[in-house]
Amino acid sequence: MNTQDPVAAFRVEAGDLLDQIEQGLLDLGHRLEDRALIDEVFRGLHTLKGSGAMFGFDALAEFTHHCETAFDRVRKGLAPATQELVAVILSARDHMRALIEGDGAGLESAGAAILAQLQAAIDAAGGAEAAPVAAPASSGSAGPATAARGWRLFFRLPAEAMANGTNPLMLLDELRDLGACRITARTDTIPALADLVPTECHIGWDIELRGDISRDDIDDVFIFVMDDMELTVEPLEAEPSEDVGQALQSSDTMSDIPATVPEGPAVATSAKPGPATGPASAAKSGESVRVPAERLDELMDRVGELVIVQSRLSQLASGHGSAVGNELALRSISEEIERLAGELRDTMMVLRMVPVASLFSRFRRLVHDLARETGKTITLSTEGETTEVDKTMIERLADPMVHLIRNACDHGLETPEDRRAAGKPEAGQVHLSAHQAGGEVLITIRDDGRGIDRERVRAKAEAQGLIQPGQPISDHDLLQMIFHPGFSTAAQVTNLSGRGVGMDVVKRTIESLRGAIDITSAPGEGSTVVLRIPLTLAIIDGLLVRVGEGRYVIPLGAVEECLELSLEEDLRSRGRSFITLRDRLVPFLRLREIFETGTRPDPHQKIVVIATGSERVGLVVDQIIGSHQTVIKSMSPLHRDVATFAGATILGDGGVALILDVAQLVMLGQNQEERLRAAG
Amino acid sequence: MPESIPASTSTQWDGEGRLEVLTFNLGEETFALEATLVREILDLLPETGVPGAAPLLGSVVNFRGKIIPIADLRLAFAMPAAEATVDSRIVVIETEAEGEVFQIGIRTDKVHEVATLDRDASEEPPAVGMRWRRDFVRELVRRRDGVVVLPDLAAIFRSLTGAGDSAAGQPSTVH
Repeated sequence: MNTQDPVAAFRVEAGDLLDQIEQGLLDLGHRLEDRALIDEVFRGLHTLKGSGAMFGFDALAEFTHHCETAFDRVRKGLAPATQELVAVILSARDHMRALIEGDGAGLESAGAAILAQLQAAIDAAGGAEAAPVAAPASSGSAGPATAARGWRLFFRLPAEAMANGTNPLMLLDELRDLGACRITARTDTIPALADLVPTECHIGWDIELRGDISRDDIDDVFIFVMDDMELTVEPLEAEPSEDVGQALQSSDTMSDIPATVPEGPAVATSAKPGPATGPASAAKSGESVRVPAERLDELMDRVGELVIVQSRLSQLASGHGSAVGNELALRSISEEIERLAGELRDTMMVLRMVPVASLFSRFRRLVHDLARETGKTITLSTEGETTEVDKTMIERLADPMVHLIRNACDHGLETPEDRRAAGKPEAGQVHLSAHQAGGEVLITIRDDGRGIDRERVRAKAEAQGLIQPGQPISDHDLLQMIFHPGFSTAAQVTNLSGRGVGMDVVKRTIESLRGAIDITSAPGEGSTVVLRIPLTLAIIDGLLVRVGEGRYVIPLGAVEECLELSLEEDLRSRGRSFITLRDRLVPFLRLREIFETGTRPDPHQKIVVIATGSERVGLVVDQIIGSHQTVIKSMSPLHRDVATFAGATILGDGGVALILDVAQLVMLGQNQEERLRAAG
Repeated sequence: MPESIPASTSTQWDGEGRLEVLTFNLGEETFALEATLVREILDLLPETGVPGAAPLLGSVVNFRGKIIPIADLRLAFAMPAAEATVDSRIVVIETEAEGEVFQIGIRTDKVHEVATLDRDASEEPPAVGMRWRRDFVRELVRRRDGVVVLPDLAAIFRSLTGAGDSAAGQPSTVH
């Protein structure tokens, strides 16, 4: 991607803006009265319109302009925000995305339809409100309704405002344009000269603004800096000659003030939504990632050091020092490079980490839409959004999670009537949580719906011949049936679930991420799906083993213990392949036989016991070489059918070692166990 | 110019009915692949066997930090596996399947040259009388010193992954 292309840059930025607008709207859907959110959405629309026009996206600018105009009425309090309005603007947002991504051809009619809906929603909202509102609404500007004789303002910008491109003088000029101003600077917080940083702004301003000016006009001046600044606005004392009605209206505006004033003290709290949406939008665009500058600097430092060490190495290679001296120097360089490589790796890994908030935030829209489509009331709660996961992981988790959430909303949650009948609150709960446990991240999707219908699953499994009619099966195994390929819950399929992704695909995707999926469900109380995924896809700690002449890596996270397989035990266990491990029979696989190495076994073979969840399998290897930091490389697509391997890695000597797919091997072991049991 | 094996197995002759190819030997036969596919020609590398993989793609090598499979086309053309010689080379080609671009190393017994083939001298593989699977051969091209075989890599690799459905666009594979 050419980052110099301004249009591409605009697309990325517009994508972020649209995400911001979407998040704002979804929040607004829950707190219709929240002025700060209304302002946020409005600012987003406004910026999008401006930059869209600047980069030649005229259709976008025009469409956004109409939305902005409509939404402005909400912002000015002329029409209340309603769920319908939020829904329409959400679809308008999708239309804007289409306009940005496409060339706008053929979208005009869709845009016109949305604008008509928007108008209808605004009108409906305005009509539902008391009639008097309609009068000032038709007069266009809210001028007289909220005007006072003047205003007393105080504002102070955050210290770094000037560095961010805000010029307080321009703000003052804009205020002057509104009416007669008396401006006094408050200098009480200016630090002593020795501590003064010239690029920081420490001056506050008291302004007395006289004239027939609406509160909105003042807000407009500060609209782009409002989030972080301290701003108080009070009407000047009303003239004694004011009539009662006017006084009433100004008390109206008074009540309006507390709604916006908290934005001053909210400086600290506004930091909370900030970072949450920041990285979120960063993760969303597939091709680009936003990286904090200091992390890049850190990376640059490491690379700088590496260049120096490299030049030392080439000096050494071409030099004529004594052999002993050279060896010492070489060793020190080697150590240096080892340290640098480690640090580079760590820095790089951190760059790839993205908080799961970016993943979770996508589902808010999904749940919102699902709720509207199904007519259910669904609340989505999230927890642990700051947990960081590798960026590629986020991308690849999105689809399976969409499917799981759809399932939860569509099949899991009951209709409000059914819920009431079952004595549950009407609103269904879908809870997403993420937390880190060791080298894994656990992502939980929980609903409080009806739970999985065992009878139905059993009936399906029997119909498909997966189990014998009446065959006893553990609850856990029964639930696992839903991951079986082709296990379609056709009776329940609706247009929501018709995405062509079955639970088997979900399971496969999770397993391809070296993760695992667990499902528990209590009838009538809901289901919980837990996805366990590794922190990163790129590097794992592995155990390097040798089987025959080949070297293989077993992910260390899955290794439970290593034992020796003595010769007599080996002979005795021929044909049954079980070892007793703390009173439990553990099946084991002779990798030498599976891999058909054609070599003789080592006299001291080892068993590496691996586990996924509660299932354990022993792998017989010839030799355990040691632990190995494994950079995972994917196998060629042509080798994808070789299920025993999850990837490959390059060893210190340039050779290749294959990485064993633990889940597959455990399955293989379990199958073998079942076969042997069946054989009696 | 095609940058990868086209989904259809037709040979991409240029406007004048010519094709630039790299010729190489497998056993006694001369084969040719479009020069545009070829990325690199390497000496043999230490190979790592992949247990469970098709013998034709039975190993992988470390090709500058990438793991690429090594294809032994001898097996596709019913030739016995042979020991490496001083002339053995790996020809790395880039190809595409299901929207993914990837590289494969082809083990050859000897690499000759980049040559230009003529469409006028080329023929469809005969329906009878070949020792090989007919769908593995795209075309046979006569030259002064013998016949050059244009193998159909897509068909060969498809036969490994067992994707029978993709054979629909390929009437010649109907058995």
